[in-house]
Amino acid sequence: MTEHALATDYIVDSVTGVDVSLPVAGLGGRSFAFVIDWHIRIILALAWIYGGDFLVKRLAGPDVLYQETLAYIFGVIVPGAAIYFLYHLVLEVAMHGRTPGKRMAGVRVVTREGGTPGAGALVVRNVFRIIDSMPLFYVVGLATTALTAQHVRIGDLAAGTLLVYDRRTTRDSLASLPASLASSLGPQYAEVIEDLLARWKELEPDVRQQLGRALLQRVEPQVTAEQTGDIQARLRDALARSQQ
Amino acid sequence: MSAQSDQALRAWLEKRVPQWRRIATLHHDLSRARAANAKDAMDLAEGYRSVARDLSMARRLMPASRTRQTLESLYADLHAMLHRPAHRLRSDLVRIFRVDVPAFVHDLRMYIVAVTVLFLATAAAAAWLVASNGDLIGLLLGEETVSALERGELWTDSVLSVVPPAVISVGLLTNNIVVMLSAFCAGVFFGLGTFYVIGMNGALLGALFAFTARYDLGMRLFEFAVAHGLVELSVICVAGAAGAALGEALIRPGTRTRREAFQQVSGRSIKLLGVLALLLIGCGFIEGYISTDPAFPLISRIIIGVGYWLLMVSILNGRLFEGRLFKRRAAATASQPA
Repeated sequence: MTEHALATDYIVDSVTGVDVSLPVAGLGGRSFAFVIDWHIRIILALAWIYGGDFLVKRLAGPDVLYQETLAYIFGVIVPGAAIYFLYHLVLEVAMHGRTPGKRMAGVRVVTREGGTPGAGALVVRNVFRIIDSMPLFYVVGLATTALTAQHVRIGDLAAGTLLVYDRRTTRDSLASLPASLASSLGPQYAEVIEDLLARWKELEPDVRQQLGRALLQRVEPQVTAEQTGDIQARLRDALARSQQ
Repeated sequence: MSAQSDQALRAWLEKRVPQWRRIATLHHDLSRARAANAKDAMDLAEGYRSVARDLSMARRLMPASRTRQTLESLYADLHAMLHRPAHRLRSDLVRIFRVDVPAFVHDLRMYIVAVTVLFLATAAAAAWLVASNGDLIGLLLGEETVSALERGELWTDSVLSVVPPAVISVGLLTNNIVVMLSAFCAGVFFGLGTFYVIGMNGALLGALFAFTARYDLGMRLFEFAVAHGLVELSVICVAGAAGAALGEALIRPGTRTRREAFQQVSGRSIKLLGVLALLLIGCGFIEGYISTDPAFPLISRIIIGVGYWLLMVSILNGRLFEGRLFKRRAAATASQPA
């Protein structure tokens, strides 16, 4: 295993001789996933407890000391606590290193060999939350994440795991490749134009004008810098014409 | 790039894209269910090799392209799937009980002795201090508990009269599991955290026995604790031993890196902790249903406590699972490819 030239990528050797490049999730991606998961588990646990409380009250009636019954404790309180405390462990095992929050944040847990972690590694990872969450608000976990090369907390160090961005774009990207291939501009220019047009609104006006003009001059050399006009429309036309 | 090479690149991509799409679909299907037959798995492995070749070419010819990004993603997905551990729950469980846990406990024997000595030494020291000066109990126990003991009541009396045994059991076993995990995880602070947890538990126990003895409650406390306490305290000491081993892995990793040593001890410990957690669940139920029930005489409590402790020892040294049935399963496990 070696460090990648790019600091954010983790490189794993493969039996094929072609290394696997995994973009490591930093403090931001990790915290984003945790906050989403925290909201989900607190909502689920409270929904279970309040829903169960409501049901038990309706079924048992006002005369029964329902809070002292075993049904209340084992049907309402214990499952509610289990949802809150076992959420990460159960879902990471069931979803192969993902949770709903991680899925939304686009991250997943992998082993240092780039594989899907087994149940044992995921249990280790979650048991060490006892230390990572110390003294409060995950201070230890955040500190180790900020200080370690692969942005891992102590649980990850113990389990031999790390959090990477899940580039789950394979099927969408493969679906859009034929349009690029069919372009007479060639796949490289067609891809760059498609990307620029897709990100047009996100870019600063000066930057997108500059990039668009440069691209237009490459694909339509006969157009001079003064003739470019509405660059976005002209790029779209050039792309459409090339794919006819 | 010349027009000719551009044309060659386009021809190559046109030929390969349908293949990548087929592999992506296969990966997608297999990520939702196990392989229906060996052919699917072989196809995936072959697809992994072909995507590796294509990715290598894409990295060279079109490094900043979406095609390369797509292939990187597909390759990482295939790699993760091919390196997913096999599902063999039953044989894995047999292996944990028969091989992994006994081997690790054997390796931990010196740590177990050391941690137990620490536990007993702190218990004896605290007992001596509290016996010499009763006011010191205030450092370890709350005011209400001390007042109850001074009135000749054990703190357990008031709790047991209002809370059902099942609730007591769940509360106690949860608390014990948290203490056990803390004793282990605190080993990450180079073993010092584990020593603190073990020392505090030992001190609490010693002080409690010394203080209750002052009010002639020592025998009642022993009667309450003996059925579950033997295993409960032993489990805490074994978890502490694993924590100490974790600390030593960080201090003296040997020929491995610190991270590797830490990871290795953690991986071995988690199986042991799983077995210890099961034993603590048993302790919780003994404590909730037997220790708190005055109908059980002292002798039956001692038999239960010692019997459960012997069961724990036979589980941890692997003797319990040396029967013919387990031998057969272990042989089957060993014959399976890794």
